[in-house]
Amino acid sequence: MSVETASPPLMTVQAAPVDTRMASLRAIYIIWYRDILRYWRDRWRLVASLAQPLLFLLVFGSGLSSSLGGAFGRGTGISYIQFMYPGIIGMSILFSAIFGAMSIVWDREFGFLKEVLVAPIDRWAVAVGKALGGTTQAMIQGLILLVLAPFVGVKLSLLTVVELVPLAAVLAFGLASFGVAIASMMKSLQGFQVVMNFLMMPMFFLSGALFPLTNLPGWMTWLTRLDPASYGIDPIRRVVLSNSGLPNVNSLGLTINGQVLAIPMEAAIMLAFGAVLLGVAVVMFERRD
Amino acid sequence: MPETVIEAKGLIKKYGDLEAVAGIDLEVRAGEIFGFLGPNGAGKSTTISMLCTLLTPTAGVARVAGIDVVHDPAAVRQRIGLVFQDPSLDDQLTGRENLEFHAFVYSVPAQDRRRRIDEMLDLLQLADRAASQVKTYSGGMKRRLEIARGMLHQPQILFLDEPTLGLDPQTRKSIWTHLNELRSTKGVTIFMTTHYMDEAEYCDRIAIIDRGKIVALGTPEELKGLVGGDVVTITSTKPDAAESEIIKLLGVTPVRDNGSLRMEVPDGKAFVPRLVRELEAPVDTVSLRRPSLDDVFLKLTGRVIRDEEVSARDRNRAMASRWMGRRR
Repeated sequence: MSVETASPPLMTVQAAPVDTRMASLRAIYIIWYRDILRYWRDRWRLVASLAQPLLFLLVFGSGLSSSLGGAFGRGTGISYIQFMYPGIIGMSILFSAIFGAMSIVWDREFGFLKEVLVAPIDRWAVAVGKALGGTTQAMIQGLILLVLAPFVGVKLSLLTVVELVPLAAVLAFGLASFGVAIASMMKSLQGFQVVMNFLMMPMFFLSGALFPLTNLPGWMTWLTRLDPASYGIDPIRRVVLSNSGLPNVNSLGLTINGQVLAIPMEAAIMLAFGAVLLGVAVVMFERRD
Repeated sequence: MPETVIEAKGLIKKYGDLEAVAGIDLEVRAGEIFGFLGPNGAGKSTTISMLCTLLTPTAGVARVAGIDVVHDPAAVRQRIGLVFQDPSLDDQLTGRENLEFHAFVYSVPAQDRRRRIDEMLDLLQLADRAASQVKTYSGGMKRRLEIARGMLHQPQILFLDEPTLGLDPQTRKSIWTHLNELRSTKGVTIFMTTHYMDEAEYCDRIAIIDRGKIVALGTPEELKGLVGGDVVTITSTKPDAAESEIIKLLGVTPVRDNGSLRMEVPDGKAFVPRLVRELEAPVDTVSLRRPSLDDVFLKLTGRVIRDEEVSARDRNRAMASRWMGRRR
């Protein structure tokens, strides 16, 4: 009934050595691939997530345009709806990156996360795979909106698309990492509404998606500069509008101490933000029992 | 004697003052179906979680597939298959896609992936539904898919935590057929928990656990041998009178269970006529049977495993499936 022999390990282990670096890469790939597969399969979600940007552009944009009249963007030749359009692309990326990455919380709720976490793979690979999955979904979601360009009087060129892809990727990566970090601290779906109301909405409103971040009250200027999304949305706007023949957009650009930031600088800030948050997510994942 | 594949010594898990597992010793041999039997809250899941490296023991040692579970959990996980108590499938993906995901995270070599997935789908009779999303599967199919998944990386040991919980009797039976088949074709060792007494009978050996301790360990026959002879149960409208008469006149001490009196006697066939003849208290029903594992548990712990809720649900499900035909 009881174990009597105080024997050492009772069998030799013929270990089939697994290359852990390759194993992690494979894990990142399949975690990313699963997210893309689910995204692709869920057409309803795809359509639904286009509805919100459209609503903003058509209703909010048109409504505000007509009440502002020509008062917007003094002498830049940019209409409000043109200004807002890249902001809506940014908004779309913001929401889908965070939501995409936060699907971890759903995975936990429905049990699948257990299958992932007990697998003999490194935890950091799980966080990275999820962040890349969210990044890809958000990029597609944002770039789809380029089809609306003709309707808001923005000319698209190949150059715009080529320049936009890396910028969209950087914004998406930063926010997806943010989403994974939040998800790694959430135990259930209950906190989700809180995250939505107290993180995502303020991030969106302060990001410069809807209005230029110039001539704001001092406290608000501070908050907008602390919002990481500001550094992702501004370069998208500058690329989309200046390639469309509206070069004066740079005068509406994001400034720090009155200096307009260079686009590579903004991208670097966004990338650094993403890297730090992904680091936080990895640490949180490694810690969980 | 076959090699030992699971070995635990003095395994303890404490949550604050609560001792969920209070010192467990066991050895499981290669190729066995080993059942871990006990009521809810007895420490079954906690023990299996420690053996699977999902929980760190407070004290004690456990080696699974020859590897210390605390020292090298990743190596243990590569060598074991897991079927959890709660569902852990992605029901938006197809059955095949769920298996592919698993093959990737468990580093199944690329050239073997397809062949092994097909083989497991065949073995568990899921091949025809492999391309459907898991959300369209029945409960039994989901369980089978989880078993197929657990076997995909060719583990030495398959751990199952209450694999048949909430399934109807027919489906439970088919899960057992599959487990037996896996054991004979793949030579895998199976370690499972259950609180269904009738299921434990299918195991080669059983450990009965109560309040965090193993109270008995052996083959089902050996355990039933712990109960002396036959089990006689009577019901009476005057159970108190009947009880004292039985003690006085027949020299047997019955155990009360839900208003009935249960006693163990060496020779039931001779005992029953005596009982009916000698008792003055009214006897409404008498039953005589060979001991079951329920009786063993009752003898060892003085309690019965209660799962009226589960059984009631099982009965309803069984009834429903009889009316509506087999879900497929």
